[in-house]
Amino acid sequence: MSNPQQLRYSKEHEWLSGAEDGVSTVGITEFAANALGDVVYAQLPEVGSTVTAGETCGELESTKSVSDLYSPVSGEVTEINEDVVNDPSLVNTAPFEGGWLFKVRVAEEPAELLSADEYAAHTAG
Amino acid sequence: MSSNAPVEPRRTALDALHRSLGATMTDFAGWDMPLRYGSERDEHNAVRTKAGLFDLSHMGEITVTGPEAAQLLNFALVGDIASVGVGRARYTMICREDGGILDDLIVYRLANSEYMVVANASNAQVVLDALTERSSGYDAEVRDDRDAYALIAVQGPESPGILASLTDADLDGLKYYAGLPGTVAGVPALIARTGYTGEDGFELFVKPEHAVELWQALTKAGEGAGLVPCGLSCRDTLRLEAGMPLYGHELSTDLTPFDAGLGRVVKFGKEGDFVGRTALEDAAERAAGNPPRVLVGLVAEGRRVPRAGYPVVAGGEVIGEVTSGAPSPTLGKPIAMAYVDAAHSAPGTAGVGVDIRGSHEPYEVVALPFYKRRK
Repeated sequence: MSNPQQLRYSKEHEWLSGAEDGVSTVGITEFAANALGDVVYAQLPEVGSTVTAGETCGELESTKSVSDLYSPVSGEVTEINEDVVNDPSLVNTAPFEGGWLFKVRVAEEPAELLSADEYAAHTAG
Repeated sequence: MSSNAPVEPRRTALDALHRSLGATMTDFAGWDMPLRYGSERDEHNAVRTKAGLFDLSHMGEITVTGPEAAQLLNFALVGDIASVGVGRARYTMICREDGGILDDLIVYRLANSEYMVVANASNAQVVLDALTERSSGYDAEVRDDRDAYALIAVQGPESPGILASLTDADLDGLKYYAGLPGTVAGVPALIARTGYTGEDGFELFVKPEHAVELWQALTKAGEGAGLVPCGLSCRDTLRLEAGMPLYGHELSTDLTPFDAGLGRVVKFGKEGDFVGRTALEDAAERAAGNPPRVLVGLVAEGRRVPRAGYPVVAGGEVIGEVTSGAPSPTLGKPIAMAYVDAAHSAPGTAGVGVDIRGSHEPYEVVALPFYKRRK
């Protein structure tokens, strides 16, 4: 399992891409997807709503459990991944790519995110 | 449990093999068991359409032998165990004096005076203790055989063909809920046509030292037929679709078999007294006339998944509680079993919902099971 170097990570297992025109993409990590098992339903924040770093903004249902989705960044949601809404298994098969969850116009640079190596160390224990 | 020392999980004879297959492991009743190897939905679908291989070595085997083994089991359990023919099996329950369910069991009659009782892992000690206590005065021996067996199940429509390639035993003559001693892949085994998936399939009781060899032989034999290793996660969704109860969810000491809609396992007509008879006669009358709550199936109209313990609601009132819930791979929708007030228990009852973390999601009341295989 390898975490892309160009992403930053939260301790709650979300990833955040670098901003393009002020907009970053959010997803969950492969580690989190493996821990959840088959994701069957993704409740994502609404486009236009505001998310806050470290707070819940949706949920992911898997066969065995439901997990809160935390936003790794504060800002306004500009887009959600309709492909994931229609086929939540994308979160399992391509967590860092086609399984992205939503995009945010970043209001404030998050301070407490981890690098890929730091996140790898965080999940190693 | 007076000890504060961390308890080491128990590991089955197949533990190293599961790890080499990349299984995600989980604690289940003190055992470290495979939860899934890859996608639990793929494992589920393999059992429905092809075949799946399970390690069920956590199940608790108890052997009862002796001239009065049948009489003892007729007294200790609610079923008519004396009437089970040699080579046949019976689904039954063990209850307390007050009728509360201690466990649900499968009892195999291995010989005229030899039975094997298979208990849930979480209840095996309770069942062993109860049988031992109830054996007083009977010419019969109750033996803890939990460590004497590994249990491997092969389940799914391809399972007869896979097993037939490894044994000379007469599988065509082996009916559902029957068991016979035989040899599979050169290993002595009790071959039982039982399972907990709603599919045709077999459970193979073997000595732990033969488990790896048997697992590998079945894996090889099933290669071309689509057999995959399966964990407890898909076992749970398979049994839920098949409307089969799970102890600790649909069954508990607070419920009698009649409360659980399984009164048919109680045989009042059998010879002799049995533990719980008086209380169960009352429970049967209550269930027939004025049932408190009834076990029903619920099918979601939306996509949010009900979980055990979630309230079932109608008209803003709580009318029941979910006992098991999961996304159903076969139906493609969330499903649940729930105990609901009798007034809301008829299939098609309108206005029933599940309170899913504060929001009332609409659900359809249906008859169980959700899934029945075509024979």
